[in-house]
Amino acid sequence: MTRTQELLLALLGAVLLLALAWAVPWLRFVLTVALAKSLAVFGILLLLRAGQVSFGHALYLALAAYTAAFTAMLIPEALILLPVAAIASALVGLVVGLFVVRYREIFFGMLNLALSMVFYSLLEKFYSITHGTDGMRLPPLRFAGIPLEGEFQGWVLLILAVVLALGFGALVRIYLASPMGQALAGIKTRETRLEFLGVPARRVLLAAYVLAALMAGCGGAVLAMTTRLVTPALAYWTASGELVFIAILGGAGSVFGPVIGAVAFELTRVYAAALVADAWQLILGSVLLLVILFAPGGLWGMGKALLSRRKIA
Amino acid sequence: MSALLSARGLKLAFGGLKAADGIDLDVMDGEFLAIIGPNGAGKTTFINMTTGYLKPQAGSIEFDGKPILGMSPRKIVALGIGRSFQLPQLFTEHTVLENAALAVAARSGIWSPFAPLMRPSIRQEAEALLDRFGLSPVADRRADALNEGARKLADIAMAVALRPRLLLMDEPTSGVAAADKMAVVETLVRVLRESRVTAVFVEHDMEVVARFADRVAVWGQGRIMALGDPQTVLNDPQVRRDVIGELPQEALHAPT
Ligand SMILES: Nc1ncnc2c1ncn2[C@@H]1O[C@H](COP(=O)(O)OP(=O)(O)OP(=O)(O)O)[C@@H](O)[C@H]1O
Ligand SMILES: [Mg+2]
Repeated sequence: MTRTQELLLALLGAVLLLALAWAVPWLRFVLTVALAKSLAVFGILLLLRAGQVSFGHALYLALAAYTAAFTAMLIPEALILLPVAAIASALVGLVVGLFVVRYREIFFGMLNLALSMVFYSLLEKFYSITHGTDGMRLPPLRFAGIPLEGEFQGWVLLILAVVLALGFGALVRIYLASPMGQALAGIKTRETRLEFLGVPARRVLLAAYVLAALMAGCGGAVLAMTTRLVTPALAYWTASGELVFIAILGGAGSVFGPVIGAVAFELTRVYAAALVADAWQLILGSVLLLVILFAPGGLWGMGKALLSRRKIA
Repeated sequence: MSALLSARGLKLAFGGLKAADGIDLDVMDGEFLAIIGPNGAGKTTFINMTTGYLKPQAGSIEFDGKPILGMSPRKIVALGIGRSFQLPQLFTEHTVLENAALAVAARSGIWSPFAPLMRPSIRQEAEALLDRFGLSPVADRRADALNEGARKLADIAMAVALRPRLLLMDEPTSGVAAADKMAVVETLVRVLRESRVTAVFVEHDMEVVARFADRVAVWGQGRIMALGDPQTVLNDPQVRRDVIGELPQEALHAPT
């Protein structure tokens, strides 16, 4: 697929999402949440390039969401909350990253998990500050000074999420084609060679890790502003597992994967919850199994295969 | 001629096994030095110590007059010591061209997240590099789809891309089909001479050694058993018995 085709597809996808949100108003919220999560899944995709899976990436989503919640008490302005939360998340990603990039594979995955669970417990324990499992409500917000209410709030946040997903999708795409991104993929196959090329593999991974934290931070901020409620559950290990699930569901081979995966995941969840409330986990498990067995390229890989088959036929 | 690399009293034991047992060696600027010796003699261990991959328990190594012992492989590479591997270390999910491009990019630092790796300047240099090694026909193949000989060459090409002053090659011709071997070595030697690289290479083929080495060092049980010009060393009765006794006679009379 050429770069122009990808760009057109991305724009088409954005228009489709907005059209869907317009046709079915209650989906606006669902789609915004899906896009917010896809921002974090972009990070999972980056780390997967290096052959590493983080089972604690929701840490950054939650961290940013809480940062947004606390900052909103002082300045309830979306255009401030977003960068503040993203930068806070990136900074923590830098500090944590310096430590975790020394490890690989199962140790990398589990260390991330452990740290996210530490954060979860802190959120739960410090009731006086965080209100524990009750979580924190965000006050009414403004966007560029205009109060965010009702319909307007829904649209502003959805469009913000669409713009962020397009922007970071493009960034990740460019990053992966750059020497830094290609070296990242080199960590997966031959880390020794990187060192003998004079390339510090850990710093290559650290750069990706910080970018992943930054993107999850943006996702967390959007999530907090959309739901207006943040709880420790955001950092719970199942939330991290969900991000990895979405990455595999959508397909880790392309930047389209995270967005397709997240949208499919949230839509399925909403409808499954309505139709077969108790079978949700079962559906989740079965879908994951099917994808791993029959469509290792995820939904994106399936779609691409279908398209190219049609072209040949 | 001055010594580009000098090793003194290198010792390294794995448990009771002495892989290096007092190695003293000077590699002269501009020479091609062959290392021969039986399996397990400690040839690879010497390369590993020189490139910072293993740390000797005693001794010193100087490169261009500077002590390099204890430095990381990365620092040593930056000083101008390149290496290729007994088992080629390629990025197996990348194409040969991408492997070469990464090596070319690595020379000037890879920290550009926005410009593509395959930008014209890097691509052209990588293509020229592969061309010099006769690897152009396989440039677009994935590295794990190559035969052993091409993998070896690609591995060396990546080291050469960094423009080292000293190149350590661990069995560059093993795995290369016998019929192609001399042609491959000739290509290799031409590239290295063009780039004015000082080379140390571990080699099991005495014909290659006789033809291309300026000097030969014979390794045995972590020590250097003999060192000198190929004619003398390869005809030394003890060396012939211990290291090359089983090899065909005519190898030694190959043209030099
Ligand atoms: N990292 C290591 N740990 C333990 N033992 C090692 C290690 N590296 C090498 N050895 C042992 O040290 C000895 C020398 O190994 P080395 O690889 O240097 O031999 P070599 O001369 O390169 O042999 P070959 O011709 O088979 O490649 C061998 O007996 C080997 O098993
Ligand atoms: Mg060896």
